[in-house]
Amino acid sequence: MADTKKWKNINKSREERPKVQEYSCWEELPPIPISLPIDGSIGTTGDWRTFRPVIDQEGCNKCGFCWMYCPEGTISKQEDGSFQIDLIYCKGCGICAKECPTNNIKMVRESDIKK
Amino acid sequence: MTKVELTDFVQNKETQIIKGNVAAANAAKSARVQVISAYPITPQTTVVEKLSEFVDGGYMPGTQYIKMESEHSVMAATIGASMAGTRTFTATCGQGLFYMYEMIHWAAGVRLPIVTAIVSRGTAPPWNIWADFSDVISCRDTGWMSSFCATHQEIYDEILMSYKVCEDYDVLLPKFVAYGGFILSHTSKPVIIEDQDKVDSFLPDLPDEKGWPHIWVDPERPIMHGNLIMPSGFYSEFRMKLHIALLEAKEKIKNATKEFEKVFGRSYGNGLIQEYNMDNAEVAMLTYGDLALQMEEAVDQVREEGYKVGMVKLRHFRPFPTEEIIKLGKKVKVLGVVDRGIAFGSQTGGPVSCEVKTALHDIEGTAKVFPMMNGIGGREVSLEQQKNQLKLLVKYNETGELPKDMIHGTYWDGLLEVK
Repeated sequence: MADTKKWKNINKSREERPKVQEYSCWEELPPIPISLPIDGSIGTTGDWRTFRPVIDQEGCNKCGFCWMYCPEGTISKQEDGSFQIDLIYCKGCGICAKECPTNNIKMVRESDIKK
Repeated sequence: MTKVELTDFVQNKETQIIKGNVAAANAAKSARVQVISAYPITPQTTVVEKLSEFVDGGYMPGTQYIKMESEHSVMAATIGASMAGTRTFTATCGQGLFYMYEMIHWAAGVRLPIVTAIVSRGTAPPWNIWADFSDVISCRDTGWMSSFCATHQEIYDEILMSYKVCEDYDVLLPKFVAYGGFILSHTSKPVIIEDQDKVDSFLPDLPDEKGWPHIWVDPERPIMHGNLIMPSGFYSEFRMKLHIALLEAKEKIKNATKEFEKVFGRSYGNGLIQEYNMDNAEVAMLTYGDLALQMEEAVDQVREEGYKVGMVKLRHFRPFPTEEIIKLGKKVKVLGVVDRGIAFGSQTGGPVSCEVKTALHDIEGTAKVFPMMNGIGGREVSLEQQKNQLKLLVKYNETGELPKDMIHGTYWDGLLEVK
């Protein structure tokens, strides 16, 4: 028998809500799919990158524009106020380089980066 | 359909002589909608103008009115507001509805109970702003429910009933409430604006801060919806669930109509269709929207001449009342369908005619369907024309003869002649 009430717990915590594997048939599914955020739910999107953003830390004025504009939340603020890019997930869209007011982020072709 | 007598209105204190658009605005007010997002377009403009007056004048305390820069943004804002767990309302029509089109799919896909008034108008080009249901019908496959209103009072009543159906936890779907531009929207008729307490007792409670059961907005606990689902994932299952919810809404519509009749005393058939003078009828005319109102008079007059004709008003286009149409098809010998809206390239008549033919297909011993097209782009439809249409059905039944001037299987009534 399909448990049509199973999805009523989707608004519970990550541990309490049913996992997608627990739904045995379509009758049990919620009306729409809802997920809780998790790091890299679609995989290591850094593989998609053609150009890598490289921050020139010396010229950086630590304004935080790159951190604010990054659509994927891959830029994080360090304890000293500087910014680091998580290259496992950065897709290389270039928005940070475009928005950087001091032009301190350069987009470098991945093949040009010295291994 | 029981004709509403003028005395009913005079005796009722709450009666106002108002335009159809004002009736729609009053319905939103009576339903205590919490968020209204709108962008004006003829002939819908006065709906949102009236609502902005209500909000500005303090007649709708707690209601947020959001003026947007386009219809696309309007639906996006309405979706956001509904997702946050509020009762929402908007209105549009014609090209504005088409500009909304992408968001229309999102609203249904996220299963949000948004009610949208559609003041139907012709589709451009050539530019046209008069009654024609082509606009709302072109949103047939979006997952929205859609209904047609024939009278001013029905606009008010249908919007109230819509919230009841849409917000049912087993339905959770958006709905269009369509009525003909100018014919209903800009003419004045008496409309009973119901007592607020009575409306409150009929409608479900406003959603609490937790929102709807399937989606919520909580900054402390962010969620992701509209996720990408791979072909091997549950995509087709979620779409099928929407389809099933839409079909199962039929029962809810019937129940809401029954309850509405109990509380307010006005009857709208079984909710999906409404019969008029169908006793011993041999032929019947099926039509919808404002055409249905005048057709009642035509049926009365043709009956007086001794012909056994009847009429059925289609109230809901989605979900489509297939069972009711089959029952009707078994009852009469010829079923005429008058469409005020075109299904381009269809050889089985207008959009509703196609649906009727599909419903009756494969069913033995059902009526022959006679597709007609009338009043496109707000062209005036006279009583004489409608009486003639009914007599064509009678003639088809008696002799099996269709008019000689059928165009690709459809009888286009009221075309201009080039002199």
